[in-house]
Amino acid sequence: MSTPAIDVQQLHKYFGDNQVLKGIDFHVDNGQVVCVIGPSGSGKSTLLRCVNLLEQPTSGKIFVEGDEITDPDVHVDAIRSRIGMVFQQFNLFPHLTVLRNLTLAQQRVKGRGKDEAAQIARKNLEKVGLAAREDAYPAHLSGGQQQRIAIARALSMDPDMMLFDEPTSALDPELVGDVLGVMKDLAREGMTMMVVTHEMGFAREVGDKLVFMDGGVIVEEGDPVEVLANPQHERTQSFLSKVL
Amino acid sequence: MSTTTAPRPSGMSPRQRARASRGVQYVVLVAVIVALALIADWGEIRSQLFAGDIISKLFPSIITTALKNTVIYTAGAFVFGLVLGLILALMRLSSVGPYRWIATVVIEFFRGVPALIVFIAFGYGLPIAFGILLPGGIFTTVTVALGLVGAAYMAETIRAGIQAVPKGQMEAARSLGMSQSRAMVSVVIPQAFRIVLPPLTNELILLTKDSSLVYILGLGPSALELTSFGRQALNQYVNLTPLFAVSIAYLVITVPLSIVVRRMEARAERAR
Repeated sequence: MSTPAIDVQQLHKYFGDNQVLKGIDFHVDNGQVVCVIGPSGSGKSTLLRCVNLLEQPTSGKIFVEGDEITDPDVHVDAIRSRIGMVFQQFNLFPHLTVLRNLTLAQQRVKGRGKDEAAQIARKNLEKVGLAAREDAYPAHLSGGQQQRIAIARALSMDPDMMLFDEPTSALDPELVGDVLGVMKDLAREGMTMMVVTHEMGFAREVGDKLVFMDGGVIVEEGDPVEVLANPQHERTQSFLSKVL
Repeated sequence: MSTTTAPRPSGMSPRQRARASRGVQYVVLVAVIVALALIADWGEIRSQLFAGDIISKLFPSIITTALKNTVIYTAGAFVFGLVLGLILALMRLSSVGPYRWIATVVIEFFRGVPALIVFIAFGYGLPIAFGILLPGGIFTTVTVALGLVGAAYMAETIRAGIQAVPKGQMEAARSLGMSQSRAMVSVVIPQAFRIVLPPLTNELILLTKDSSLVYILGLGPSALELTSFGRQALNQYVNLTPLFAVSIAYLVITVPLSIVVRRMEARAERAR
């Protein structure tokens, strides 16, 4: 067995007295697309954010490609530059042009030259279908375009895996398809992906594994088609009956 | 009376009433202006405030010395205050307790003490207490004394600006592998400064006027700034005209600042 891309062991997370994650064991293999679903407040976003240490786990261990990132002496920035992250609210840098959004971290973190960074940025803009907008500011783009730029920004760091935190939840319905299309392309290229989402169609079509969380625990996990068609657990059944 | 609105005691619609009350305001304003014009002693005003021969004697030194020195003193204090204010703001936001406490004490002290007293402390207090005289003369003393007062105000403004940048910006920068300080410099602070540009300019305008407090240090002829220059000319000519001229000179500095800021705000609005 090769080392999993992400390996989470007995993860607990408290916000004050509020326990959000109650002992999560979970892994994502290389090249796998894992979708995490569940009602709001189930801890699915917190789990995702723990994987690149945007939230500090209270206890438990997380390994990324075999390196323990929960070790207090770990070089956080180096770990994060291997993990691409896409946010619900896009979080593009509003004071910078699209191209600069994509080149800033390449130059400052990866130490790439200006021309090399721009070349890689343009390649990724093309990939998300927005090559023509490199001089635009984020405010002049639609939500769907902004999210695709955010994906291109993460890809420009050549990450080994991508985390998506409800990437289409803030979008108008007619813009969701473009973003999902880009994500499907990525999955087809073999990118390791962990996706917190409400898009059951996406999970069914491209997911290798579906994880259902509720109340800070993983209730059920398995093949997406199986879980969606024939949920075993009562809580999964009740959640799916409301969203499908 | 309109058939669609409920009857009112005055018999007027809201729009009619608003128009009537505005009409009354205009009449009062015009009456006050006319009254002032009638009781004013125009001859005295002209000879005491707008004496052309005195104005011409103020040139060129009102520009080449006084205006120039006001700009230099203000610029020195503003740049020093801005840098120190940014440092204090970052200290206030630090997770390290002592940084926060030191910044809080410095800010509260220099915000609470009159600028004039800070000037006296640096001009006369430092030499007495420590035998230290700041090198560089008047300019350094103004830069440090006025800069500290400005920094105390600007620190709180900048801190609010940094906190107004959405948390997701820092998270996005960190998730791309940037360190905390790199993310601050490249992502958060540039956006914070756009937010605080108008209040910072306000501070610059206040500093321009507060630079007049430098008179307490005792100024030689070449170190005079606008207000001390005006007071000296006032004594020399026994006439208020120099103060009028000096006031115009201050506006020459401050009005363009306001215009520049309005332009920058409009531009930032477009990039949002």
